Amino acid sequence: MDLFEYQARDIFEKHGVPVLGGVVATTVEEAREGAEKLGGGTVVVKAQVKTGGRGKAGGVKLAHSPAEAAEKAGEILGMDIKGHTVHRVMIAQGAKIAEEFYFSVLLDRSNRNYLAMCSVEGGMEIEQLAVERPEALARIAVDPAVGIDEAKAAEIVDAAGFADDIKGKVAEVIQGLWTVFKAEDATLVEVNPLVRTEDGEIVALDGKVTLDENAGFRHADHAELEDSAAADPLEAKAKENDLNYVKLDGEVGIIGNGAGLVMSTLDVVAYAGEKHGGVKPANFLDIGGGANAQVMANGLDVILNDAQVKSVFVNVFGGITACDEVANGIVGALDILGDEASKPLVVRLDGNNVELGRQILNERNHPLVTLADTMDGGADLAAAKAAAA
Amino acid sequence: MSIYLNQDSKIIVQGITGGMGAKHTALMLDSGAQIVGGVNARKAGTTVTHKDASGADVTLPVFGTVKEAMAETGADVSVVFVPPAFTKDAAIEAIDAGIGLLVVITEGVPVQDTAEVWSYLQGKETRMIGPNCPGIITPGESLAGITPHTITGKGPIGLVSKSGTLTYQMMYELKDFGFSTAIGIGGDPIVGTTHIDALEAFENDPETKAIVMIGEIGGDAEERAAEYIKAHVTKPVVGYVAGFTAPEGKTMGHAGAIVSGSAGTAAAKKEALEAVGVKVGKTPSETADLMREILQGL
Repeated sequence: MDLFEYQARDIFEKHGVPVLGGVVATTVEEAREGAEKLGGGTVVVKAQVKTGGRGKAGGVKLAHSPAEAAEKAGEILGMDIKGHTVHRVMIAQGAKIAEEFYFSVLLDRSNRNYLAMCSVEGGMEIEQLAVERPEALARIAVDPAVGIDEAKAAEIVDAAGFADDIKGKVAEVIQGLWTVFKAEDATLVEVNPLVRTEDGEIVALDGKVTLDENAGFRHADHAELEDSAAADPLEAKAKENDLNYVKLDGEVGIIGNGAGLVMSTLDVVAYAGEKHGGVKPANFLDIGGGANAQVMANGLDVILNDAQVKSVFVNVFGGITACDEVANGIVGALDILGDEASKPLVVRLDGNNVELGRQILNERNHPLVTLADTMDGGADLAAAKAAAA
Repeated sequence: MSIYLNQDSKIIVQGITGGMGAKHTALMLDSGAQIVGGVNARKAGTTVTHKDASGADVTLPVFGTVKEAMAETGADVSVVFVPPAFTKDAAIEAIDAGIGLLVVITEGVPVQDTAEVWSYLQGKETRMIGPNCPGIITPGESLAGITPHTITGKGPIGLVSKSGTLTYQMMYELKDFGFSTAIGIGGDPIVGTTHIDALEAFENDPETKAIVMIGEIGGDAEERAAEYIKAHVTKPVVGYVAGFTAPEGKTMGHAGAIVSGSAGTAAAKKEALEAVGVKVGKTPSETADLMREILQGL
């Protein structure tokens, strides 16, 4: 889960990382109050969106009074930045910046450890710096069992080439950011820019944090960081039912078991769609192992409520999941949904108890359900039905 | 022959008394695997009873620790079914006990826990498979995990995949040939055994004549495997990559399956594999056809 800047700021503050005052606002009035709360002086009004390049898009504006902060917030709220609508702004205390640096620590999948990156040339896009001047970006491996202790922090600031008089202070902030990474189960903590103010303080001016959702069980407070307003309503509904669902932009609803097989099913349907007027998969939905009738009903309910969906392809390989349970799930779901179920379903079952599963569907003989023998055949039929609808 | 697991493997189950553990202990026994006991500190001294492949009752002892279970049974493999919150401790306990093969089935393990386990594992004798994986099967010999043993039997194909059900699908597509070993390495960002590890083992396994490698979006494991194949693998390899239609920034079920920026796309992976001479199927069935052609030509 990616956090907004203001959420990252609050988490930094919680763990003792120096930040400037910041208040989140969703209305012009809240923006004015926020600027007053910060002392009524110069503030920066910053769009809160989970994408880069907001400065260039006009989503960051300077304001010299609470009235001006309100005015700028009015301009920024509702703005569209790379497809993200701005619902909130952060009113941030103005800073007198002397120098800008860069720091991040993230999960390094390839090396199965963590990677700290640091540069005395902050502020710009780090991807650009990494390509244009790789020597200016220090990259230091971090052992997950040890973390960024005092020695590692010193190694990082040395490698990045900080001036001697601020090395100690920067190293301290880096250790604080490590605490954020570790204590909050983050997979990314990035500060760009990390700044030295004119009075010599090291401050995290903008932060990006990605949290590991698998670690949610030990962070009850992480749930409320979720941006429920931004979630697609169908995705929100699926989440309530613990379904692994991603809304896409096509016409063929997909249900399958296992992430890999469902991803593969999306591909096979997209290829089949090329022959049927370009129809595409409408979603990713993994009902997981051991799905019962209720899970199947919940899944079908989400997909059939997607107005874009014209047909549904259920593709299950019964490994642990038994095909008869899946078949019962489909029959049960259709009975629960009754007249609400109005879109054709193509079902392909293979594996564990497949004969019994097919028999259940054949006996029920529901007018909306067609059985397919293979994954390719099922995808083709579902695409054809979507194109014909 | 096979890789990592064979008929002599003696398997214990960490979490043998839980729902998943009990269900899959029964299925592993049914496959003919030698399950010799289990571990649950709170139920040490008790037993569990299941049926073996012949239908006879098998009573398995439950031990308090992995160390004790290994000492009493001679186990060299452990399959972990404990919940995510306890997986790190379970894995470290097994590593400390010196288990040879540690198969972590558990889904939803925090990635920092896996990273710490991986760091802890360095220099020790344990091979870890997973987490969040279906485990490993050597058809006709043994099963350490949740792969259905009924899909197909022994044969010349080695299979390595991130995904469980896609492994099953591919085994099913090629059931007329059979498999030496099929290993599901798991869909998490950090896993104990990689495509490269499995490729190396299959290359060295005389029984494996050809290799199917199944990847999916996210990370660069497939690209790295391609480099490895070019330098070290002489056996024919057929590839498949799932997730061509996955959009950027959306996680597709596996914590590791996310396209970020230009990295991790299925197209990039396919290209990397094809550049080193690996034939890559567009779909599972096309991939199976490519493998069939190779096997018929051998």
